[in-house]
Amino acid sequence: MPQTPMRDARPSIISVKDLEVHFRRDEGVVRAVNGVSFDVYPGEALGIVGESGCGKTMTAYALMRILPRTGHIPRGEILYSIGEGEQVDLASVPADGEVMRGIRGGEMAMIFQEPMTALSPVHTVSNQISEAILLHEDVSKEEARSRVVQLLKQVGIPRAEESAHDYPFQLSGGMRQRAVIAMALACHPKILIADEPTTALDVTLQAQVLGLVRSMQEAFGLSLILITHDLAVVSHMVKRVCVMYLGHIIEEGPVDEVFDAPSHPYTRALMRSIPRVGGARERLTPIEGSVPDPYSMPSGCPFHPRCQEKVGKVCEERMPKAVETGTLHKVRCFLYEKGEGE
Amino acid sequence: MNDPTRLPLLEVKGLKKHFPIQKGFFRRVVGSVKAVDDVSFKIYAGETLGLVGESGCGKTTTGRLLLRALDPTEGSVLFRPQEKDPVNVAELDRRSLKSIRRHMQMIFQDPFSSLNPRMPVLDLVAEPLRAHGRTAKECESRVRELLGQVGLDPRTMRRYPHAFSGGQRQRIGIARALALNPSFIVADEPVSALDVSVQAQILNLLEDLQDRLDLTYLFITHDLSVVRYLCDRVAVMYVGKIVELVDTETLFGDSRHPYTNLLLNAVPDMDPHSQWLTAPISGEVADPSAEIQGCPFAPRCPLVTDLCRREIPLLENVSKDEYQHLVACHHRKG
Repeated sequence: MPQTPMRDARPSIISVKDLEVHFRRDEGVVRAVNGVSFDVYPGEALGIVGESGCGKTMTAYALMRILPRTGHIPRGEILYSIGEGEQVDLASVPADGEVMRGIRGGEMAMIFQEPMTALSPVHTVSNQISEAILLHEDVSKEEARSRVVQLLKQVGIPRAEESAHDYPFQLSGGMRQRAVIAMALACHPKILIADEPTTALDVTLQAQVLGLVRSMQEAFGLSLILITHDLAVVSHMVKRVCVMYLGHIIEEGPVDEVFDAPSHPYTRALMRSIPRVGGARERLTPIEGSVPDPYSMPSGCPFHPRCQEKVGKVCEERMPKAVETGTLHKVRCFLYEKGEGE
Repeated sequence: MNDPTRLPLLEVKGLKKHFPIQKGFFRRVVGSVKAVDDVSFKIYAGETLGLVGESGCGKTTTGRLLLRALDPTEGSVLFRPQEKDPVNVAELDRRSLKSIRRHMQMIFQDPFSSLNPRMPVLDLVAEPLRAHGRTAKECESRVRELLGQVGLDPRTMRRYPHAFSGGQRQRIGIARALALNPSFIVADEPVSALDVSVQAQILNLLEDLQDRLDLTYLFITHDLSVVRYLCDRVAVMYVGKIVELVDTETLFGDSRHPYTNLLLNAVPDMDPHSQWLTAPISGEVADPSAEIQGCPFAPRCPLVTDLCRREIPLLENVSKDEYQHLVACHHRKG
């Protein structure tokens, strides 16, 4: 069973505190990420799950400081430890400054959803990956080339020497995603952020690519942040999971605890609404309504209009605080806050 | 469900669709993509047949051929609405096709692109009714009834699709498919474009409508958990061919084709305590435009022998009791 890291027992590599991401639109300000806090520990796999529009991708983009131009970080800290107890706040340094350029693609790498858009169509795989190596490390071109071939072999691309000279369109979807993973691993990252890495792939390719991500994570001792809407995938890939809904982390905990005993009404409802491959066939209980659009965000707890277990008026008035319901298992819901406070 | 004495609602025999690959200025045909290659199956009234497979396996093309949205290269689609004499949809002329299409409809995958953004809901849902000569007044009352059936407020019928969420749009698409009281519906990945929390609403709606309106579904999907939930029988497709066809419970308990096993192994169950990725999953889907000798799954198959590379296995019954379990594999008994 996954070992649960004790909080404070070891220092986190990234500590996100009250992070907010806003977008300026003609229609108003969209609060895509509305105060999320979480820690990532060295060598640990963390999952962030949620439906479209919950802010999971924008959280990742904020960590990498690659938010679209209309987006900005009005509040919050992204404390990244650079060793010896020293930390830098990635939220406060310029996105295109020296610090970020050194970290992005180097110590912190990302795998994107669409392998075809993540790769340049007019450069060969070898050129793209060695570009990243040459940018971050002081090596010769020949050395970079041979590292590329080595990497392509590691991610299981057949005939790596020849494939290195292929353009992305010459590779199949699964091979492209492998090339993207090779590029992410090129500069020995400490943190790998994978944003829906297999959503565009078929099930057998999904299994292959996720198997690869998992073995690379274990082999290199990477910290993995896996962002996905797929609860089944997350239940197998990570040790700890954060569930997001409309810009908030509403539940966080060890993966087996969250799946065995989901505490937040949203997590519970979501799990009841998903058909399962194994087990008995029961009628699904859908979550009524749909995710509200970002311009008409509900007040208070964002889930209250769809919630079956609403406590009362207080749900509409303010966002509940995080309450521990188990070992390192935190929930933001008045069902629990009430029990503690009164 | 597959009682051999019952007449099927729909019987597909030797269905093929080969798309030509054209090259050069004169559009010389240099080969063909065998999207659907000799597919035969039956669908019985009131059941849901699942059609699963990975992208490019020909499942969507099969669905379109059944409704004659595409002309087949070869083969027949015998359709028997209301217990009458069967008609071969593959050979109908335009006029008789229009009258038979009343009985067979389609629900599309993407509720964002399958609805014309410039038409209000009333017109969208009434379009098939108008095409079949109903008056404006009849249309409006029927649309009112349909919207109620799919769980939308009939007062919203003057609105345009952009005012609705993905799940609501899919409901509009379903109302439109139901407009002419069809008996057979092809649902092509109807929930895969929707948010996880909304998918269950649509799946339950499809199930309720089937009970209430005596519908028969061909349910096309890549998602095995949805198959498990909704389908009575399942056909698994691989590179244009059906490789296994059996009732859902048997498929999940006693699947025989190595490709089905591979698929089932690849799908993670939503349970951190269950095993996943224990067996290696290798290879990629074969190219349907290449000339394939023997079994199309042979290059990825763990049981492969010389026979597999030489001869295409036929889809044959492996079940000893009256229910059929069809498998196309030389090693099906093992």
